[in-house]
Amino acid sequence: MAAPLLTVENLRVSFPTHTGRVEVVKGLSFTLGRERLGIVGESGSGKSMTGRSILKLIRKPGEVTADMLEFDGVDILSQSEKQMRAIRGARISMVMQDPKFSLNPVMTVGEQIAEALVTHQKLPRRDVQARIIEMLHAVRINDPERVAKLYPHEVSGGMGQRIMIAMMLIPEPELLIADEPTSALDVSVQAQVLDIIDELVRNKGMGLILISHDLNLVSRYCDRILVMNGGRVVEECAAGQLENAQHPYTRGLLAAMPVINETRDELPVLDRTQWAGT
Amino acid sequence: MSTRDWLLADSPTSRLQANVGRAYRVFTALMRNPLSVLGGAIILVLLLTAAFAPWIAPYSAVGQDLANRLMPPSAAHWMGTDELGRDIFSRVVWGSQITLTIVLLVALISAPLGLLIGAIAGYFGGWVDRILMGFTDIFLSLPKLILALAFVAALGPGINNAIIAIAITSWPAYARIARAETLTIRNAEYIQAVQLAGGGPIRLIVQHVLPLCTSSMIIRVTLDMAGVILTAAGLGFIGLGAQPPLPEWGAMISRGRTFILDQWWVATMPGFAIIIVSLGFCFLGDGLRDVLDPKSEGKN
Amino acid sequence: MAIDQQSATPEPAPGAASRRIVRGFSTGGGFVLTLFLTFLGLLAITFFIGRVIPIDPVLAVVGDRATQEQYDVAKIAMGLDQPLWMQFISYVGNVFTGDLGMSVSTGRPVIEDLSRFFPATFEMATLGILIGCAIGIPLGVTAAARQGSWLDQAIRVVGLLGYSVPAFWLGLVGLALFYARLRWVGGPGRLDIFYDGLVEPVTGMILIDSLLRGEIDIFWNAVSHIILPAAVLGFFSLAYIARMTRSFMLDQLSQEFVTTARVKGVPERVVIWRHAFNPIRVPLITVIGLSYAGLLEGSVMIETVFSWPGIGNYLTTALLNADMNAVLGATLVIGAVFIVINKISDVLYRVLDPRAR
Ligand SMILES: Nc1ncnc2c1ncn2[C@@H]1O[C@H](COP(=O)(O)OP(=O)(O)O)[C@@H](O)[C@H]1O
Ligand SMILES: [Mg+2]
Repeated sequence: MAAPLLTVENLRVSFPTHTGRVEVVKGLSFTLGRERLGIVGESGSGKSMTGRSILKLIRKPGEVTADMLEFDGVDILSQSEKQMRAIRGARISMVMQDPKFSLNPVMTVGEQIAEALVTHQKLPRRDVQARIIEMLHAVRINDPERVAKLYPHEVSGGMGQRIMIAMMLIPEPELLIADEPTSALDVSVQAQVLDIIDELVRNKGMGLILISHDLNLVSRYCDRILVMNGGRVVEECAAGQLENAQHPYTRGLLAAMPVINETRDELPVLDRTQWAGT
Repeated sequence: MSTRDWLLADSPTSRLQANVGRAYRVFTALMRNPLSVLGGAIILVLLLTAAFAPWIAPYSAVGQDLANRLMPPSAAHWMGTDELGRDIFSRVVWGSQITLTIVLLVALISAPLGLLIGAIAGYFGGWVDRILMGFTDIFLSLPKLILALAFVAALGPGINNAIIAIAITSWPAYARIARAETLTIRNAEYIQAVQLAGGGPIRLIVQHVLPLCTSSMIIRVTLDMAGVILTAAGLGFIGLGAQPPLPEWGAMISRGRTFILDQWWVATMPGFAIIIVSLGFCFLGDGLRDVLDPKSEGKN
Repeated sequence: MAIDQQSATPEPAPGAASRRIVRGFSTGGGFVLTLFLTFLGLLAITFFIGRVIPIDPVLAVVGDRATQEQYDVAKIAMGLDQPLWMQFISYVGNVFTGDLGMSVSTGRPVIEDLSRFFPATFEMATLGILIGCAIGIPLGVTAAARQGSWLDQAIRVVGLLGYSVPAFWLGLVGLALFYARLRWVGGPGRLDIFYDGLVEPVTGMILIDSLLRGEIDIFWNAVSHIILPAAVLGFFSLAYIARMTRSFMLDQLSQEFVTTARVKGVPERVVIWRHAFNPIRVPLITVIGLSYAGLLEGSVMIETVFSWPGIGNYLTTALLNADMNAVLGATLVIGAVFIVINKISDVLYRVLDPRAR
């Protein structure tokens, strides 16, 4: 593989609390090519903070340090806010958890998608409109002209998330961070949304960081997996190699995964004492 | 075990320990916010001034000295003298007693009244609730000062009537709070348990509903005190509140109005007293809200 | 004083009271019914104040210098020999036909007095709210955008001063400083004496009337007189508007869709104004409406200080003369304006917010 798209070395994120600064990401390192990387871990393990530091979105009292945080040769941490704006959306984009909260309630769907595009490319109005329709088609929305005129509260969760994806991919970024993109959705539409992400990412040859608490799902859609716990990476492996995982936390997660046609008397519980203090 | 450990115990062993511990935590949290400390200090100074007015005030509040009328601020008269030669500083000091009385009486009348009405509405629900709250909302949607003015006009001028009028216009906000709190716990299981055990509505309201309202009530009452002080001063200024020669701050400003162009201090000085005391209540109320009810203001 | 009916806490959303009334009664009828019921409540209160509280309402109306004969005539005329509920019904009937009784101090029907004095109050309060919005909204937005900065702290203190400074005191100090000392503005009243009565009232608002007549001198003189009282009123509304704007903005800025906008690479100025400010325009209308109504109330104090011939001044004069008809009439009008503004902001809320449509 050529030079990686993203290199992260010893990433640390901390917040002040009354008991002093608390690190929520404690020295994370990984590299990413034009591939699909999954980050799994339980709630609060620092997954979202990792995703947001890549976009330099962690604000004031929070603090981000890293030995290296480089995207395509660009040192993210030394970028000014203005320089970051040219990267956000255009080169790295992010889909967030719940379309109910991540879409602006008083702007129409079309306006919001258009904004993502025209922020980075000056296009005649007609072209913008055509691109929006095309993009909505790409995320399998059948009547894009109508949907573009709707407000977010008028669309379902699954449709909202597809709109979010359209909005984040329309400037054709090179890296997409999807932070629990299906956790707020009905089980019935989860697979559909992930299939759309997967298809678009592969067709455009983008990099993907898929963040989730669901090991099963991540192993299905990713090439490589990072298991996080308590702000650290505890396991890194190829998706196919999960059964060889070493770390007790990963083994615990694997054991907790339900298997079809199986009956267990007792559901396994994570025994945290095994890796306490690592 | 140190006193501090006892106060901060995670599992207090008695109701007293729990309550005192909670108060201690609120207190320490308040002490961390400089503005609430300032507010608390202002209120404390107000209390002390009112209590020790005879010793603090260098002159009498009503003693006239026509030879020294309308003197500008000086070493002998820190805030100058008014048109009858009375020392303005002494009058401001004595006036703190009036302000404190107004504030306390209004709080003591309107807060329990509002609590009772709100708790009854919330507890009984149905038509009782609709009628009481319809009434409350009509009061809430009317201008307070104007209502107070109209009430005083009907009752007649004077400080007692002013207090009654302000209290009458202040209770609806408290009724709202009490009703909301009552509704949230009305169907709680422990309330049903008390009901099963034969606890009547009065017992329930007094022992279980009212204690839950206290923290939001304290915040609200503290924040409202600034408004009460301003309304009382406004009534005094118009001539419907405290009557001369009482050293009420609003009435003092009203007297100074005639001289505002040349002897500015007569009207200005009592105004500073009003501003400082009102700010004190605002600061303290703001701080209390941050500590007791952090989600209500959209910060953090 | 202007805003003190809204206590310092932003938590009870402005206009919430009226919205609750709407919700409370909307099962029983529509908009008109709730409006009617609220007015009826207001009338019940003024009736209670005028006829029930005074030990002798006749005396309150005719004054204690009236002869026995006048007293008896007034008693019959007021229908006080009737039962209380009959009296209330005829009171409501009178009010709805525009009969608010006679004012003892001016000797004219109260309704006539009120319509004569209203434009002066309206003119001043409108200018006040314009000042309050023009300064308060940008201040609030800036404070929220730079939360924790010295500017934010300063705006917070200004906001609290709005709850702590007596309006009448600020007016007096303003007069002493800007009129007596600096001579920057005109003194009390709407015009200098030698301009008085030169412009025939058309709308009753001198700024507009003088322009309609092309009397530029008079216009500028009127401006120099209105600017100080309007600025004092404006201070109170800007304190309140800035505080509420800040609080709404902080709420919005912590929302996920603001992060979405930043992820898109949108400039911060656009994030703040298009994404965070646009959604709060609708609740802000309610705040402004309430603040405007509050200025009508605050004008009672300000008009007294500035000898401004508006409703507030009329009300205080009536109060001191125990002219109950005039007091209740003015209370009724100000209360009604309050209710109507509340309702209008409520309706606007529904019309303008896509989520409420
Ligand atoms: N502003 C903040 N201040 C303090 N702690 C924070 C802040 N934001 C997040 N955290 C903490 O950071 C940790 C990691 O959060 P996050 O990355 O969102 O976890 P997740 O893996 O569920 O996405 C959590 O324990 C959370 O409490
Ligand atoms: Mg997360």
